[in-house]
Formats: sequence, structure tokens, C-alpha cells
Amino acid sequence: MNVRAFLFALLVLLSPGVAAAQSFAGLGEDAEGFALPQLGDQFVFPEDHGPHPAYRIEWWYLTANLIGADGRDYGVQWTLFRSAREPRSDESWQSPQTWMGHAALTSPEAHFAAERFSRGGSGQAGAQASPFAAWIDDWEMAGSDDLSSLTLTAKSANFAYSLQLQAQGPLVFHGQDGHSVKSAEGQASRYYSQPFYEVNGEIETSDGTMQVTGNAWLDREYSSQPLGRTQSGWDWFAFTFPDGHRLMAFELRDSENADYQSGSWISPDGTVTQLQPGDFEAEPLNITDIGGRKVPTRWAFSYPAEGVDIEVTAVNANAWNDLVFGYWEGPFRFTGTHEGTGYLEMTGYE
Amino acid sequence: MHRTAFLALLSHWRRQPLQLVALLFGLAAATALWTGVQAINQEARASYDEAASALGQGTEQRLVGEGPIPRETFIALRRAGWLVSPVVEGRVGRVTLLGIDPFTLPPTAASPNLQGDRLGAFLGEGLVLANADTAPALSGLNVETAANIPDGQATADVTTAWDILGKIGFDYLVLTSPQPMGLPPLAQIAPGLSQVTEEAAGDIANLTRSFHLNLTAFGLLSFAVGLFIVHAAIGLAFEQRRSIFRTLRALGLPSRSLTLLLAAETAVFALLAGALGVALGYGVASALLPGVAGTLRGLYGASVPGSLTLDPSWVLSGFAITFAGAAVAATSSLWRVARLPILAPARPRAWAMASARGRYAQASVGALLLIVSGVIAFQGEGLIAGFAMLGALLFGAALMLPLMLDLSLAVVARFVQGVLGQWVVADTRQQVPGMSLALMALLLALAANIGVGTMVSSFRATFTGWIDQRLASELYLTAQTPAQAAALEALLDAEADATLPLRTTSTRLAGGPADILGVVAHQTYQEGWPLIVSVDDPWTQMNAGEGVFINEQLWRRTGLELGDPLELLPGWSLPVSGVYTDYGNPEGQAMVAQPELLARVADISPLRYAARIAPERTGELRAAAEAIGVPSGNILDQASVKRISLDVFERTFLVTGALNILTLGVAAFAILASLTTLASMRLPQLAPVWAMGLTRSRLARLELLRAALFAALTFVFALPLGLAVAWMLLSVVNVQAFGWKLPMLAFPVEWFRLLLLALLAALLAAALPAWRLGRVAPSRLLKVFADER
Repeated sequence: MNVRAFLFALLVLLSPGVAAAQSFAGLGEDAEGFALPQLGDQFVFPEDHGPHPAYRIEWWYLTANLIGADGRDYGVQWTLFRSAREPRSDESWQSPQTWMGHAALTSPEAHFAAERFSRGGSGQAGAQASPFAAWIDDWEMAGSDDLSSLTLTAKSANFAYSLQLQAQGPLVFHGQDGHSVKSAEGQASRYYSQPFYEVNGEIETSDGTMQVTGNAWLDREYSSQPLGRTQSGWDWFAFTFPDGHRLMAFELRDSENADYQSGSWISPDGTVTQLQPGDFEAEPLNITDIGGRKVPTRWAFSYPAEGVDIEVTAVNANAWNDLVFGYWEGPFRFTGTHEGTGYLEMTGYE
Repeated sequence: MHRTAFLALLSHWRRQPLQLVALLFGLAAATALWTGVQAINQEARASYDEAASALGQGTEQRLVGEGPIPRETFIALRRAGWLVSPVVEGRVGRVTLLGIDPFTLPPTAASPNLQGDRLGAFLGEGLVLANADTAPALSGLNVETAANIPDGQATADVTTAWDILGKIGFDYLVLTSPQPMGLPPLAQIAPGLSQVTEEAAGDIANLTRSFHLNLTAFGLLSFAVGLFIVHAAIGLAFEQRRSIFRTLRALGLPSRSLTLLLAAETAVFALLAGALGVALGYGVASALLPGVAGTLRGLYGASVPGSLTLDPSWVLSGFAITFAGAAVAATSSLWRVARLPILAPARPRAWAMASARGRYAQASVGALLLIVSGVIAFQGEGLIAGFAMLGALLFGAALMLPLMLDLSLAVVARFVQGVLGQWVVADTRQQVPGMSLALMALLLALAANIGVGTMVSSFRATFTGWIDQRLASELYLTAQTPAQAAALEALLDAEADATLPLRTTSTRLAGGPADILGVVAHQTYQEGWPLIVSVDDPWTQMNAGEGVFINEQLWRRTGLELGDPLELLPGWSLPVSGVYTDYGNPEGQAMVAQPELLARVADISPLRYAARIAPERTGELRAAAEAIGVPSGNILDQASVKRISLDVFERTFLVTGALNILTLGVAAFAILASLTTLASMRLPQLAPVWAMGLTRSRLARLELLRAALFAALTFVFALPLGLAVAWMLLSVVNVQAFGWKLPMLAFPVEWFRLLLLALLAALLAAALPAWRLGRVAPSRLLKVFADER
């Protein structure tokens, strides 16, 4: 899921009012002065739940598949991005750290998305390892130092949510001890997840408040040089299987070279099997036109190693986050050899 | 049939090309001045909106406090979910610097463009953005040009602005719309803040409203003057075509068709004149806009570009007003044509004679308008009432003019000896009805000229004296940083005769934006700030922190009396102990003892100083200040400050002056048009005089004399009218528009100059008809007797 670096590297250039006229290409520039992930690095908790100002980019990324009291599917996204102009941090308003928040709520008929921006050092946004908290404005993810229980809130002009999350399994490290390679050229990030949350809480729209339950997936990732120069966008899938397995799979679309694939097959006890390029196949079945953008919202997905051959259908095909940096992010259901729910993110379709 | 009839009607204009020109030009000139003014107003309004949207607060709201808003308050609001964005504001020389937070500022078209490397420089390297015209005024700063920043403004990150302005908090918070659902109440998070809808742009729109109303009034006046011409031209053309009408009707053209054809003819002229007028209006606006822009910038700090964009809406409004004007001017004539008996005798003079009969009725209406004007003068309130009063005065006087001219000519006749003299005066009286519309136009133009001229000159004289008194300090210096300010103060204490730290804070007084000046006790202030009203020993009281002085604007707006308490900050009220004049400042202002102000407001920019020093030592002190790093652009001597202020003043009334001249020109043309059309009709009156032995050239000279007599008499009536206008402008309109009252001074030399100008205009207008009369073929004069009906 490190591919979200695309988004985040853009934050370096961010300014409200400046449309993201920037191309997705050219973001894998070298990282002067920034720390680079090294094979063999080990996580130290709870410190690593907090920010890493020496790295250029970082995020706390949570998605939740929910079922409402009305029996229908809902999806929630909560993301805090950190970006640094220089590899240092201080408590002044001139800190080179910057923050961006995205929050979204999806129902079968509607999709709401909101964004927030903040400079570092002012206290308006930030993250800390202990007691754990990540926030921008009044949007907050906070809880125990081991991330086993969290509360999550966000509100905007047309939606709000407040969720309690309880982890049912351990943290999961992607790649080799969290060293997740992102291209054939060797770009990598530090990447771990907590994919085992059980959720309950409430969501609110102009229609009123509704109780929801479900499951959620938290991604933590930081890096300085996440992408190859020719990589133009990505499709990222997170599946929750009824038997407790989880699958994360992503494909980086490349304008010149072969697309790069990677992922993790996660057992209910947290054991990870790393997916190699070619281990899975994802083919678009249906393209939705969202304001002129052609986005695949139904997929044929197969992972032969585990006998997975399924069809993925978006709960709401119009789950486009129409923000300064636009992308598609929403819940899906899958049927076939297995049935279940998951989250899909697609970028580079602008 | 209709086509033939239409051509027959149009043939008149081929025989009377000058009349055609008068009609088209009159209508075009009226349209031009009107649309020109409209175009200027619209351009200005659009640029206010642009300035407003620069911060995204076109319709949004702000949170303001009593004094600076701490950073913690901003963070607390954000953490509570309130979408607010901080702004710090201040002056750097003549530029307004806005410190913004690019992360929270609501996105708008005019947001600073921070793509690429610029964001890093903006946030981390003190980058300041300004447009190419403004950038040079910011020497010493890290400036880059950005086309979309309004004139006179610069944008930087809040952290940069703090450093430059020596502040630590915010001046206000912009509220983004829409806000999230379910916010905690403001009073719970930031009890000291209040939500206001007015903002800088709104203030500018309010402040300049009076100025634009002023322009609009002038545009209307010009339009009215133009309509006089059109009315005269159309009326004469109809009268002259009575024989054609009779013939056409006799040939079987229905009355209804004739009326429709004439209406169609008027519409065609309106279309032609409208196109010409809108084009001319664009020219007028383009020529005047730089001056208007300068005025608005100087007087209100409002930024308006000096170039014009073509907007379809005022083109359409130009055509609309041309058609409306033509319709108004033609209606009475069309009405008469529609009711014309089929075989009515064709008597061209009947029209002019008939008008004479209505003279008394017209004068009564005029008198009524004058009374209305007087009533408004004593009862009315507000700017609109002020202009209504002016309008009633001007048009009332204009309507009374024919009767007044007639009566005064009757008086003149008593003093004139000899047959020829008697004839000249009698003949002149005879012409009053035919000339009255043109002369009314001249009267309005002259009165407006005298009124506005007197107002401007009075203002200039007062302002110049005031500024000499006010700008007493020899040098005005602004340091760049608080550290430099400390060094500067030490330098001034050592070298200058007196150091006057200038300390100001922006706040709101009595509900409006205002500045509080903290002054040190020094003779300079006592000498430079004459008080309009004051308590006994006001300076001692103010310097002791026991009283506050307020400027005239605030005084008039609030209606505060001496001794009334004025709340300056929460919990800090002082009695008003004096009122000072403060020309040129659109906002309220209060003056208190500096130590009192500094004790209550922590976040005051400590950068500005005035220094008293012997004039011959200013160069020396300037060099010393530059030596410690004060940029030379930040050191102004008294002379240049005065020059800047007077420049601002001159620009303020540039446009008014230009419109004045244009109006006078239009009036002169009205006289020309009237005289020319009258000339051909007057042959029957002149032929007998010629036959009795008066030469044609003598007659021509008498024509010139008559025109001069008309102009002179009109001027005699225009003078008191103009002075009344001046009084209304100075004592009523200015107080409403600007917030200050000025003494009215008399400028007889200017009046004399205007009299000469009026005579010259009348003589020029009469020159062509007189020249023609001088050369008219004797056979034509003889023919008069042959044609005698």
C-alpha cells in the first residue's frame, strides 16, 4: 500500500488553491538528506507508531468495511499524511513538516470526501507514539500504545463518523521485516499494518445517524523514495476473508516497463506470505465514467496459490475522492470461490 | 407606400445635415458619458470583488477580536473543528502586506500560485509575492512577482509577515464556508472573538460607494444635458417637416402609419447613435480610468487596474439608455403628430411660440423643485438625499431659466436706447423659447462647474494648509526588524532633537474598523493636530491618559459628545476630550497617550519613528540611519510625504474636472445646434431689418452679440446656483461621503475664467450661423417677401 506515496509526494507541492496540475511521473526523485529504508531495519514500538521526520513521507491510513443497522454496506476512510521539505522537525510555525488529512464516507448511493491541510510545528496537526494519537484539526485517531484499541473521528460539512476499533490479531509486517520493495529498481518503504480490527460506532449524514459494525485495516508506512520514475498509478486491493485470512495486493502501472506487483497473504494468526510479481492477476471487467475519468470498478481477481478466483464489485462505483489530489477509494464486495468484503484504491486515472 | 413615405421623411435630413449631426451627436454624447461612467464603475466594482476573493472572503465571514488574536486561539478553534484561516495584515511603506496560511486558506482563483519550488520558498525562505507594479516598492525583501495579486498588495506566509511587521498574532481569522456539522459554539472555544460580515473588500466597497455615486450623478447630469440637445433637434425636425406630414397625410398615409414611421426613424437614429455612443463611452472610460484608479487607490487604498475590459452588460445598458433617451425626447413630438389635423397649417414658428405659453407653468414647476430641494437640505439625511437635493436644485433652476431670462431681458430693454437696440433686445426675447433648452443645458454645465470647482478649490486650500501643519516632523523612518528598531531609536535619541515613536494598533471602535494612535507627549502633536472641538486643556488630559481624541470621521459617525466615554479595548474606556480633522482617512481613528496604549496592547509593531531635527541636518541623520541598515526607501522626508499626499489629493478630483469640461463641451454643442436650426427659421424676421438698411455683416455681428448676451445672462444665473451647489457638496455631500466638513472659500478669479469660457463657447457656437448669415444670398432674403404667407 506504499503506492500511496504517489499521493503523499504530491503533498510536498501542495497548496490549497493550486490545482494538482502536477503529473504523477517524476516523483521518485532522489532524497537528499532524507533517511532511506535499509534491508534489515527493525521496528521499535511504540516509537515507530509515531512520526519519522527523517523520512520524506509517511501516513496513517485506515479503511473500514461496515454494515449499517439498515443491513447495507458502508465504507469509511481516514488518512493522515505527513510530508517533509527537509529531514528535520521543530515546534515552530516554520517547521518543514506538513500534514494533509483525507476522510471519506461511502454508502451504496453516496460518496462524501473531505480534506484538511496543516503546517507542522503549530499543533494543528501531528502524531505521537505515546500516548498514541494522530490528528489534523478535530479529526483524530487515538488509542493504546500498541494500537490494539483505537477511536477514530472525523467530521465535515456533509458527513461525520465516530468509530471504536478493537484489534483481533497482531501487527503484520510486509516485505522482509517491513522492508517493502516497490519497484524493480529497488525503491522501498517501511510498511506494517494492523488488518484485524473489529469496528463499531456510528456514521452521520444529512439523513441522520446510524449505528455500524464491521472490520477495519490500518496501514502504516514511511519512506523517502517510494516510486520509480515511470510508474504512473496504482490499483491496490485489501480483502477480508470470512475465515479470518486477509490479502493485500497491489499493482503499480508502469508506462515503460512491466507493471510491478506485490502483496501479502495474511493468516488469521498474522503469518505473512509475501506475494511475488505474477502471483496474482487482476483484470478490469467494467469501466465507470466518473466526470470523464475512466475508472475500472468491477474486476476479475485470481490468486491461484490459495485457490482464490473471485469477482470484485464496488459498493458504489462513484467513490471518487474529488479533492485537491483526486483518486478513487471505496469499499467492495467479492463473490466466486470466496465471498467477502474489502477496500480498493486506484490512482492515476485523472 | 410606406417605403416612399419613409424616404420622403428621411429626405429632410439630407437637406439639414447639421441637424442630423446635432441629433446623432447629442444622443451619442449623452450615451457616451453615461456608459463611460458606468464602465468605470463596473470595472472598479469587479476589481473590489477580485480583491475580496483574493482571500476568499467575497461573501464569507471573519472572526475578529479586540486586538491581535493569539496563535493558540487559532489552533484551539481548528482542533475544535472550526475551519478558520489566520491573516496578519500591515503596511510596508505604501504596500499592504497580507500574511496568510496557505494550508488553511480557502482555495480561490486569486490564491497565490505556489506551484513547484515556490511553496518551499514561501514557507521557508520569506518569499513575498506582489504584482510587477507593486514589487519595486518592496526593496530589501525576497520578492517575486505574481500577476494575480491585486495592486498595492503583497502576500507572504504568516511567519514571513510576522518577521516583517514585528507582530506575533493574527489580525483576523477567515471563516471558510461551509463549516463542518455539529461544531461547538464559538463562545466556548474563543470567547474573545466575534463574527463579522464586513471585511476589507466590503469596507472598500462601502467607502467607495459614495465616490461611485458621485460619478453616476455626473453621468446622469451629462446624459440629461445630452437629452436637451436631442429633444431640441427632434422637436425642430418635426416642426420643420409639418408640410411634409401634411402632404403625406393628404396623399392618403394614415396617421397611425405616419407615427409609426417617425418612431421607426427615431429607433434607427437611436441605434446609430447608440453604437457611436458606446464606442465613445469606451474611449471616455479608457481615458479616465487611470485617473479614477489613481483616485481610488490614493483616497481609499482600493486597487483598480488602469485598463478596461469590454463587458457586454454595459454595452447593452448603453443601447438601452440611448433608446430610452430617444423615446423620452421624441414622445411629445410623436404625440403631436399623431393628433395633427390632416390639413393643419404648416407654421414652423408655432412650435416655439407654443412653448412660450407654457413658460409660466414651467417656471412654477421649477420653483416647486427649488422648494423641495430646500426642504431636503434641512430635513434629508444620507448621501442619496444629498444628491436628490442637488438634482432638485439644478433642474428646478433650469426650468425657471426661460422665465428669468425673459424677465431680465425685459429689464434690459428699459435701459436700451434707440430703435436698433430695442429691436435687438426684443428679437432676443423672441428667441428665448427656441434657445431655452440649449441655455438650460449651459446653465447646468456652468453651475456644476462652479459648484465642483469651488468645492475642489476649497478642499485644496484647506488640505494644503492642514498637511503643512500635520506633517511637522522632518523625517519619517521605518525599521525592518524590532532589533533594527531598537538601534534606530538609540540613534535618534542621540542625534535628533526629538524622537517620536509612531505606535498604532488596528481595532474596531463603535462597530467600525479604526486605528488607535499612541502618541508621546511632544509639542509637535499639539501644533500639528488642530482640534475642532475640545475640553479645557485637552492635551494635558490626553497625555495623562485621562482622555482620548478622535478624528472628525469617527465623531460625525458616532455622534459622540465631549466627555462621552469611548470604549477603546474591552475594559478600557476614556472620555472624548477632543476632535481633530483627519482629511483623506476613510476610517475612524483615536489618539491616546502612548504608554497607556503600550501597557494594554502587547502586539504593537515597534518599527515606525518620526524625528524632529534641524532641516539642514536631515541628510546627515538619513545617512546615519541607512548606515545601521534602514533601507533608504523606508526613510521619507517631510517634503516627499507632502508630495505624496498632495498627489493623492490632485488625483482625487482629476476625474471630476475632466467630466466638468466634457459637460461644458456638450452644452456648447447644444447652443450650436439650437442656433443653427433657428437661423434658417429666423430669415422672415431678419429680412425686413435687412430691407430697412442693416447690412448682412452687421446682422451677423448682432447675432454674435446676442449669443454672448445669452451666455452672459445664463452665467449670471449660474453663479448663485453654482455656489449653492458648492455649499451642498461641502456641507452635506462631503460629510456623508467622506466624513469631513470643509469651509467654503470663494474664488472669483476662477469664476471670471469660467465666464470667459462660457462666452467663448457661445461665440464659437454662434460663429457658424453668423458666418452663414453674413454670406446669405440677398435673393434668399428677398424671397422671404415673395413667400410671405
